[in-house]
Amino acid sequence: MNNIIGVDILSFLIISPAILAAVLLFVPNKWVARVVALVGATFIGGVSAAVFFAYNSTIPGYQLELAVPWFEALGASWHIGIDGVSATMVLLTGILTPLAVLISWEVEERVNVHMALILFFETGLMGTFIVLDMMLFFLFYEVSLVPMYFIINQWGGPNRKYASTKFFIYSLGGSLGMLLAIQLIGGSSGTFDIVALSNPTTGWPAFTGENGTFLGIPVETVKTLAFIGFFVAFCIKVPVWPFHTWLPDAHSEAPTAGSMLLAGVMLKLGAYGFLRIVIPFFPDIWANPITIVGIETTWAQLFAILALMGIVFGAFAAFGQTDIKRLVAYSSVNHMGFVALGLATAALVYGESVLKGSVDAQMNQSGILATNGAVLQMFNHGLSSAGMFLLAGAIYHKTHTRDMTQYGGFWVKAPIYGGVFIFMSMASLGLPGLNGFVSEFLVVRGSWMVFTVITALAMIGLLFTGSYILKGIRMVLHGPFNLHWKDYNLEITPREAIAIVPLMVLILITGLAPNWILSVINATVTRIFGG
Amino acid sequence: MDLSAFFSNPNNLAWLIPIGPLLAFATITLITNKAKMVPGTSSEYTDHNHPAYPGIDVPMVANWSRAASVIVGLVGIGAAWLISLIVIGQATGLHELGHDILASSITWMDTGAGGFSLGTMVDPLTAAMLFMVPLACTMIFIYAVGYMAKDPRQARFFSMIALFAGAMLTLVVADNLLLLFVGWEVMGLCSYLLIGFWFEKESAYKAAVKAFITTRIADVIMLLGIAYLYAATGTLSFREIVYNTEVLEGLAAMPAIILPGLSAASLIAIFLIIGTVGKSAQFPLHVWLPDAMEGPTPVSAMIHAAAMVSAGIYMLIRMYPLLQAGGDAHHGVFTPPLLFMAIVGSITAIFAATIAVAQNDVKKVLAYSTISQLGFMVAALGIGAYVAAAFHLLTHAFFKALLFMASGAVIHGMEHGEHHVHAHGHGHDDEHDEVHVHTPALTAHAESAHHEGEHGDAHDTHNAHGAHDAGHDDAHHFDPQDMMNMGGLRRTMPVTFITFLIGGLSLSGLPFITAGFFSKDEILADAWYGITHGYGPHALVFILLALAAFLTAFYTMRQLGLTFWGEARSEAAKHANLGKGLVSFTMTLPLIVLAFFAVVAGYIGVHPDLPIFGAIFSPNGNPFHHFIGPTLAEEPGSIPFDWMPVLTSIAVGLGGLACGYLLYWRKPLVAGQRDPLIGILGEQMHTTLKNKYYIDAIYAAVFVRPALWFSKNVAYEFIDKGIIDGFLHLLARVFTWLGDFIKTLNMWLIDGVGDGIPELIARFGFWLRGIQSGRVQQYMLIITFVLLVLILIFALSTGVMQAAP
Repeated sequence: MNNIIGVDILSFLIISPAILAAVLLFVPNKWVARVVALVGATFIGGVSAAVFFAYNSTIPGYQLELAVPWFEALGASWHIGIDGVSATMVLLTGILTPLAVLISWEVEERVNVHMALILFFETGLMGTFIVLDMMLFFLFYEVSLVPMYFIINQWGGPNRKYASTKFFIYSLGGSLGMLLAIQLIGGSSGTFDIVALSNPTTGWPAFTGENGTFLGIPVETVKTLAFIGFFVAFCIKVPVWPFHTWLPDAHSEAPTAGSMLLAGVMLKLGAYGFLRIVIPFFPDIWANPITIVGIETTWAQLFAILALMGIVFGAFAAFGQTDIKRLVAYSSVNHMGFVALGLATAALVYGESVLKGSVDAQMNQSGILATNGAVLQMFNHGLSSAGMFLLAGAIYHKTHTRDMTQYGGFWVKAPIYGGVFIFMSMASLGLPGLNGFVSEFLVVRGSWMVFTVITALAMIGLLFTGSYILKGIRMVLHGPFNLHWKDYNLEITPREAIAIVPLMVLILITGLAPNWILSVINATVTRIFGG
Repeated sequence: MDLSAFFSNPNNLAWLIPIGPLLAFATITLITNKAKMVPGTSSEYTDHNHPAYPGIDVPMVANWSRAASVIVGLVGIGAAWLISLIVIGQATGLHELGHDILASSITWMDTGAGGFSLGTMVDPLTAAMLFMVPLACTMIFIYAVGYMAKDPRQARFFSMIALFAGAMLTLVVADNLLLLFVGWEVMGLCSYLLIGFWFEKESAYKAAVKAFITTRIADVIMLLGIAYLYAATGTLSFREIVYNTEVLEGLAAMPAIILPGLSAASLIAIFLIIGTVGKSAQFPLHVWLPDAMEGPTPVSAMIHAAAMVSAGIYMLIRMYPLLQAGGDAHHGVFTPPLLFMAIVGSITAIFAATIAVAQNDVKKVLAYSTISQLGFMVAALGIGAYVAAAFHLLTHAFFKALLFMASGAVIHGMEHGEHHVHAHGHGHDDEHDEVHVHTPALTAHAESAHHEGEHGDAHDTHNAHGAHDAGHDDAHHFDPQDMMNMGGLRRTMPVTFITFLIGGLSLSGLPFITAGFFSKDEILADAWYGITHGYGPHALVFILLALAAFLTAFYTMRQLGLTFWGEARSEAAKHANLGKGLVSFTMTLPLIVLAFFAVVAGYIGVHPDLPIFGAIFSPNGNPFHHFIGPTLAEEPGSIPFDWMPVLTSIAVGLGGLACGYLLYWRKPLVAGQRDPLIGILGEQMHTTLKNKYYIDAIYAAVFVRPALWFSKNVAYEFIDKGIIDGFLHLLARVFTWLGDFIKTLNMWLIDGVGDGIPELIARFGFWLRGIQSGRVQQYMLIITFVLLVLILIFALSTGVMQAAP
């Protein structure tokens, strides 16, 4: 089980998409390219599912772990392994990639390159989720950027140049700080190993330098600088308000498959980075009081406020759209805000527990539930946003307009599409019984005791989530059928249906019985919080 | 898992109750809902609610699919009813229902070291609901067979209404607040879908959105309450919270996390009550409910009687011990939540009743009447009349479901009459038939296109244009719901008349023979009991509810008079009837069944000391009180009999009926005559009431429009596009400028030195351009890509090769 054709299974998950991508470049026939990409991605998806189910949540620590030296001079190593959180993300990546490949069959130009880029993108994602070494983490984190840039830049909508450049420069700019921070940490502690550095008593949190200074700078300052480097990079990726404006442009200009993977998985890189690096590395920075313009606060609280802004303004901005893909894109800002709120709660609780040695049971439980909620929300948002972009793309592909004011009454002619659209919208809205509710409830429950007022205000965002979702439904489906489209076939195509059914099934199952995935997340999270 | 063994345990049986309708929903949606294509102008497709589409084929339900879906729906709800009866039988067979219950739960999700359990429970309150809900739902389903028989999407209707019933039953059997909330929200979705079922009509989809958003305001606050309760107690199970005095006392003693001064129990309770204010349409969130009339009538009955609004009251009754934790209304100790309910409930009761008086739409009167009656229940809970609230919830469900369906029959009859008038050319030329039959639909079509919004684009004009092409004629718009067009329907629709009359009298509280009298009287009796002990809130509730009860009787009599009495005020009313056959049968049968319950349901809760009736129906004490009481750990005490509230009930009931009789029955309205009420109230007052105190207009101006404006102009254009992107663009420009500057500097400095290199590059570029027809970008892309892959593989190989065994 641990090996596939002689390669360790996690390494296989990372490398096989890239190899498949390289092969695809030499496949000139578009149908062959499509089929090869789909079969390959499905197989990789199957392997990632196997990895997820092989992961035993009762065993502490990382599993399928492997650590071999690599760039020993630097202290970096090929250290890979998964815990419950990364297993969840690997599964999500494995599920969404074949669906995106299937949807991108609608691409007609340079098919093999397009498919290759999607698969190469998968390598970046898988790598980021699996590796436990900061150098490799950075490598894969950046690798994911390039193919997505080309996907948007080459196959995107009318405004693709602007959108792709903004996306690329913004993300790259953010990562520069992260690179410096990684060098700083690696250079000062002599290792890039995430597991070793995460240890609160022996790792980076316990780093004191020489007499409290490092290279003559107070360690506190060094840590804060490193923290800010990571913080900004991941905030851009999540995206946390106000670093989010690349997202609506990139999402709405990207081709359907690009939007699906961008919203479905790529945003999770940022959230995952917070969980894997920023929260364990900097408990003291998160929880220690700081003073900003005379007001005493903490970084965690600031983060929670930004999360709140994302939830509320993301919802408002989505409500203000008439472009269907932009509406869905802003919904990501709104939903990822809940991830950020959960992470902020986790950061504060974990930070305090490290600083004070322990926190009371009530706080600890809040931290666990908020983190559970955040991770589950990452998974859930991956499903529902991919589904929403699929549906938005489906209608855009047929009508060649994203302007919802040109739509209207599509439910008359496309009853199945309408039903699926409502289902997905409700998943996105967080209807109880579907997946999004479980995670949002956990985040709200967890953050209520920690950030009470912020959580209460976040309800405004939740209310307007309803407003923009219903606006979408209303403008696409409701009203008399717009006879302008009378000669168009607007109904969902079999290929689109095949791509969306797995998402719908997972959404429903996770909503009705979340424990199939939550138990895995919970076990890991509980151990992080010392439960 | 061995299913038969699992379900032969009576504790687990309740899981099956919602399964029937839910399976029906799934079956219809996935299997039996199949379309056939018909021309967009076909009379099969177009009617009042479905505009014609010249030039295209539209899908509508196939005939076999219609039949199959209806049967699946009926089987699903029938199964739920049957299992409910079995469960009730099992439950009442328990030694001491209340103390003992049927319960079953599973671990639903892991939460840290522990787990969150979720399951079903049957206690007396659940049993009572299980008697009412499936019965009312089944009647509504049967009714919908006929009512929707001509609708082009009847299969979809049955799938949605089955989901609705399934959600309500889930809510009823839930053993904890989270599962209740699941049912609660799914019902919200169903009501949204069903209110907007005729989604091509602007009024319908607007009403749907309004219902969903208005209730969602309350729901997000309720969600906070649930989260807080869960955080504070570590559980959401009803039994572990409301049946556990230790937990309740703890919550009552704990200060609230925000809003100091309140206890945690009070804050949670207020959050939950706000949930009900939305769901059960209490002031100031009542505005969605009258608009919900846009849905097909079976939906109205579902929302107003069997499900949706009942759910709100049910939740409050369920959580009652928490609402009064730290207080005791019976002894004059009011907690903030209790006061909140008493005030909101009694204000809603009187406020909605005054609006109902001035409405002319047959369903709108009933809608406001529902709001008002729900106010009775909320107010009752506010003064501790726990059993009375539950009692009124049940009786109201029966007579209100009846009234809605009867009004639907009236509307159907009026439409039938209208159709008859056209088909037989009363006052019209036969040759124009086709045009006139379609007129209302086309009008709706054109109107909605016209109101589509501020984006006056091709779409709107196109639609409006299409409508004009097909012979648009606005002059003749007939409203089959306007009571001013009715009159004299007792002659052509006798069964509807009699059942409507029974329901109406029950709603009015006709003394001693209707269910509504006994349940309303019990609320007033509880309020009076408080007054005799000098409690202020009881007095407020008593006075406002008595007034509201008077108005209720009055507007009901007005409605009956305008609809059925006197002479027909339009051609349509003259010919109004339900026709014959299946449609007529399925629409009449539920009326008769519910009329029976609208009368007898009251006799289960008669005060034992009421002369004659007490001796007959309650020889061993009030049976309903005995049954429901043990739902609480501390059984609510019964109050002594007093003549005063009984006399008040009789006086306001009979008084209201008499006033209505004098105005609308003795001298029935004739066609064109003004409503005599205008003369009594004065023009201005009447207009204010008719316009619902202008609350919709105020909300639109204060909340809706600013929110729209803010979203578009502030959140998106100003903050995102203006400030944030503006800053980014500025940054980008600065860097570009910096780059240009350095480039110029370099050229100036190095120009002489590196002359050869650019030369070389230029030549290479020229050569490159020769071999590739200008698609540099594509090749650049491939080169970058290949390079990246190679670098990656090279970089990884060190690690992976060593990893391989």
